[in-house]
Amino acid sequence: MHDIYSFVSGPLAWVAFIAFFAGIMYRLIDMIVQVIKKEPFIFTYMSLKYSLRSIIHWITPFGTLNWRRNPILTIVTFAFHISLILSPIFLLSHVTLWDEAWNISWWTLPDGVADIMALIVIAGSLFFLIRRLTQREVKFVTSTSDYVILAIVAAPFVTGFLAYHQFFGYPIFVILHILAGEIMLVAIPFTRLSHMIFSLFTRAYMGSEFGVIRKSKDY
Amino acid sequence: MAEPAKKQEQEVKMTDEGLEVGASRLTEDKIEKVINQVLKAETGARLKTYVDTCVHCGLCSEACHFYMSNDKDPKWSPVGKVKQTIWEMINKKGKVTPEFIKRASEIASTECNLCRRCLQFCPFGIDIAYLIATVRRICHKLGVTPRYIQDTAHSHSVTMNQMWVKGDEWPDTLQWQEEEARGEFPGLRIPLEKEGADVMYSVIAPEPKFQAQLIYQAAAIMNVAGVDWTMPADMGWDNSDMAMFTGDNEIMGRVKRAHFETAARLRVKRIVMGECGHAFRSVYDTGNRWLGWSRPAIPIVHAIDFYYELLRDNKIPIKEKFKDPVTLHDPCNVIRGGGLMEKSRFVANALCETVVEMHPNREYNYCCAAGGGVINCGPPYKLKRVKGNRVKAEQLMDARARGAKVIISPCHNCHSGLKDIKNYYDIHMDIKFFGDIIYKIMEKPE
Amino acid sequence: MADQNKWDWEIKEKKVPIGEWKEHFEWVEEPYASPDGEKVAAVVNIGEGEFNVCINGETWENPFEKIWYVRFSPDGRLTALVSDTGEWTVAVDGVPWENKFGYVWNTMFGPNGKNIAVAAQQDGEYCMVLNGEPWEEKFQNMTYFAMSQDGTKTAAAVQVEGFGEGEIHKFQQGCFTAAMDGQAWDNRFVNVWNMAISPDNTKLAAEVRVNLYDYTIAVNGVPWEKTFGCVWQPIFNPKSGSVIAPVRVSGKWTLAENGKFLWDGRFFQVWHQMFSPNGEKLAAIVAPKYGRWTVAVNGQPWTATFSDMVTDMVFSQDSSRIAALAKEGEQWKVVADGSVWSNVFDMAWKPAISSNNKYVAAKVEKKGKYTIAVNDRIWSKECEAAWDPIFNSNGDKILLRTVENGQYVRRVLPVTEITG
Repeated sequence: MHDIYSFVSGPLAWVAFIAFFAGIMYRLIDMIVQVIKKEPFIFTYMSLKYSLRSIIHWITPFGTLNWRRNPILTIVTFAFHISLILSPIFLLSHVTLWDEAWNISWWTLPDGVADIMALIVIAGSLFFLIRRLTQREVKFVTSTSDYVILAIVAAPFVTGFLAYHQFFGYPIFVILHILAGEIMLVAIPFTRLSHMIFSLFTRAYMGSEFGVIRKSKDY
Repeated sequence: MAEPAKKQEQEVKMTDEGLEVGASRLTEDKIEKVINQVLKAETGARLKTYVDTCVHCGLCSEACHFYMSNDKDPKWSPVGKVKQTIWEMINKKGKVTPEFIKRASEIASTECNLCRRCLQFCPFGIDIAYLIATVRRICHKLGVTPRYIQDTAHSHSVTMNQMWVKGDEWPDTLQWQEEEARGEFPGLRIPLEKEGADVMYSVIAPEPKFQAQLIYQAAAIMNVAGVDWTMPADMGWDNSDMAMFTGDNEIMGRVKRAHFETAARLRVKRIVMGECGHAFRSVYDTGNRWLGWSRPAIPIVHAIDFYYELLRDNKIPIKEKFKDPVTLHDPCNVIRGGGLMEKSRFVANALCETVVEMHPNREYNYCCAAGGGVINCGPPYKLKRVKGNRVKAEQLMDARARGAKVIISPCHNCHSGLKDIKNYYDIHMDIKFFGDIIYKIMEKPE
Repeated sequence: MADQNKWDWEIKEKKVPIGEWKEHFEWVEEPYASPDGEKVAAVVNIGEGEFNVCINGETWENPFEKIWYVRFSPDGRLTALVSDTGEWTVAVDGVPWENKFGYVWNTMFGPNGKNIAVAAQQDGEYCMVLNGEPWEEKFQNMTYFAMSQDGTKTAAAVQVEGFGEGEIHKFQQGCFTAAMDGQAWDNRFVNVWNMAISPDNTKLAAEVRVNLYDYTIAVNGVPWEKTFGCVWQPIFNPKSGSVIAPVRVSGKWTLAENGKFLWDGRFFQVWHQMFSPNGEKLAAIVAPKYGRWTVAVNGQPWTATFSDMVTDMVFSQDSSRIAALAKEGEQWKVVADGSVWSNVFDMAWKPAISSNNKYVAAKVEKKGKYTIAVNDRIWSKECEAAWDPIFNSNGDKILLRTVENGQYVRRVLPVTEITG
């Protein structure tokens, strides 16, 4: 068990983080090279002002027409994404690991808050799962990969929650938790989870086109 | 709000020779080759990023009038249409059947107006209209495009106008309208080929073909307002562009080049165009780009914008305002695509005593379901088109319930689309262009 | 070009009081000046449904029901498209051609002005008419007209197969071809567009589309072996007789000669290619970057680029210089050999280069007033109208044609009077 733990928390973690960062770099560079090669006109229309106008509206809860039209979804999706991003970064036990390995540390969330955030992510995942299964317009465009991606996102939080509360099988859940986290890191650049990086750019481009050329709102 | 009364129209399944014959000539090899050629050579980071970023959340669905009007049937949602077309092509690496292409072409050409409302609903700003336009492009290269709009694209290719108007018919029509108008406005001119005029006035070919009174009215307004204007006698007078909507980008470019080079040849400062939406999209945003012009080479002024200037500067003397309450339709290509919503309202309020707003409005307005080339696909799809816009009928009924008697629609396609809708749903309202109202209420010589 | 040496380059000023004309007529339309500046003419209305042309204060002998497209031929004859009793023809110096048509339009002139051609429609059929004589062959439709460099031949894209409304597949089999002097090619194409006639009048080259998406150039009906994503108007190399056209490959443009790539460079646009008079240089208007325009000579673009357009490219007579117009935002600029004038204009017209290569001149407009600029110096007079300036054959004098205070003025100035 200890060997497996060492492996997943050592070499495999390296692999995951390298794949995560290198993957993101690769995807971004590839995107930019493709734009230069095939669609350089895009640069002509990019505007910082309208990029930010678009991004800020969309990252503000109820900041856009569609967020306002779907209040429950909006609350869930914002709570889900905020928790998803903040809790792993500011979790005390994660920061402790960084501290032990690299002697770096930062502010951490109170464990109780982090615990609630994990539950929010899990509940959010359930919400999205139910939405996929019940909402006709979502179900129609859902494929197996959508469930897999949802599972990839939920897994680190489910396992982390179980591990933290040490209900049963603690060592296994710790290992599974690390593994799940690593899978998610690797998946981000290479699956639709890449919306984490690309959405900024697609928003910026659409915001610019709407602001500069179409002179109307994209939010 | 009352349910619109629907006329019982027999749904006749009409076949479309453009799709049937086109698809019958395809082989799976050819399909695979063409799809991959278009995906590889003609698309780039945009398509890839859009496809990789879409999380299949379905949040675009309620933007679409087709989806809303078809009882939220998911196959009508924007992403649903993407799934049935370009996703399949990408996932199967082009290995799809002729039958699939036929259906994809029908979806892309007749079940999406490229109105871009869903772009405003997508949290990631995915350009769904671009994805659907890419499907049309693929279908064009496979020779599977609905017959009527394909015929229109052919007309563009031969005559540089939309309606097979021949070289002599165009100046002849202008001279005929000029002569007619002189009865009412002595000395009125439609100055042909007047180099160095301030403004080149351009129209779409249905005007000389079927609606010459619109040219008459425009000439009357130009003359009363004292505008230094001209119209070209040669090709390049038509600003319309169905090639843009069939995916025939090369013809789109050729038609737009003729338009801009004609304006440059006439040394005008700007091009003022009639009340047309799709043409505005083509000259202002899309066609120019294919040619390498990041902006229109000669500034394009839509009629709304032009009337706004004339009315703001008191260039058109008004006898009295239009009495019947009006409601204002916001055409996607000039409002969502050109930001003319407030100017449109300025013009409406300057001309009419009462303006009743529809909801949603401005850049969030529902599409007319005619634009994007859909009405140009002709009779086989008419019923689908009007049934697919029940939400617009409800908007109109609501405006009517609040007193509106006239719909102002500053776009030709919207005009025709709304007319079909009001007929189908029995909504008793008149439809007018701004130009109709200006002509009616402006001071004319005794 | 007509022989400019015979023009009056001595008398400094001649005037025609065109402002007074409107006292004699219901209305006077925009004036046109003859190339030599001796005559000025306008369509005038003389009563309901009656028009005439007033030229230097005199009207033509006979009025017409309709008159439009008043244009001077290079040899100074005045032409107009005229109609009586529903028939149209061309009137030259007031005398209509004997042949009448259902409609005529698009007047074209040969370089010496002797040859005048129009497109004509009669009974729903179309043909070109040269000096009053229609082609023997008539066509269902006709577009894209061309005239040979000596003005003796005419050509057009013609429809040779009928197809009904909505017969898209028949159309796609090819119903169009090109015809020179009425002789149509045997080959059919989906589309035929802009064309050019070779300097020796033996060849006709045209842009064609062979199906919905393959484009190429056809010469005397024979398409190049290679097809392209798109093509623009071909021209003939005046020395070798080869055909050069812009072609689109993988989304970028370049020039091809007889179907093979001529330029190495790939551009976002290439059009309006043009040979220098001596045939040594090949220039084109190009977009080296998306949304940036300039002139490329033998494939090399100028370093200065412009945002909106570059137009009206012209070579000097000795082929050494090139001038063009550029537009950026609302400003029009004159560019000579890649250098931009510091003066900008609300509008500018095609530049002229003096034969001694010392001067570049152009008609320009600012705030509705017209004048002439030479070598970036603006002439002091502001005019109500002006026509393109013309240099004399020595290049030391300039002929100016303007309207000032209601007077048409023909002026001959030493160029130094403008350049200082």
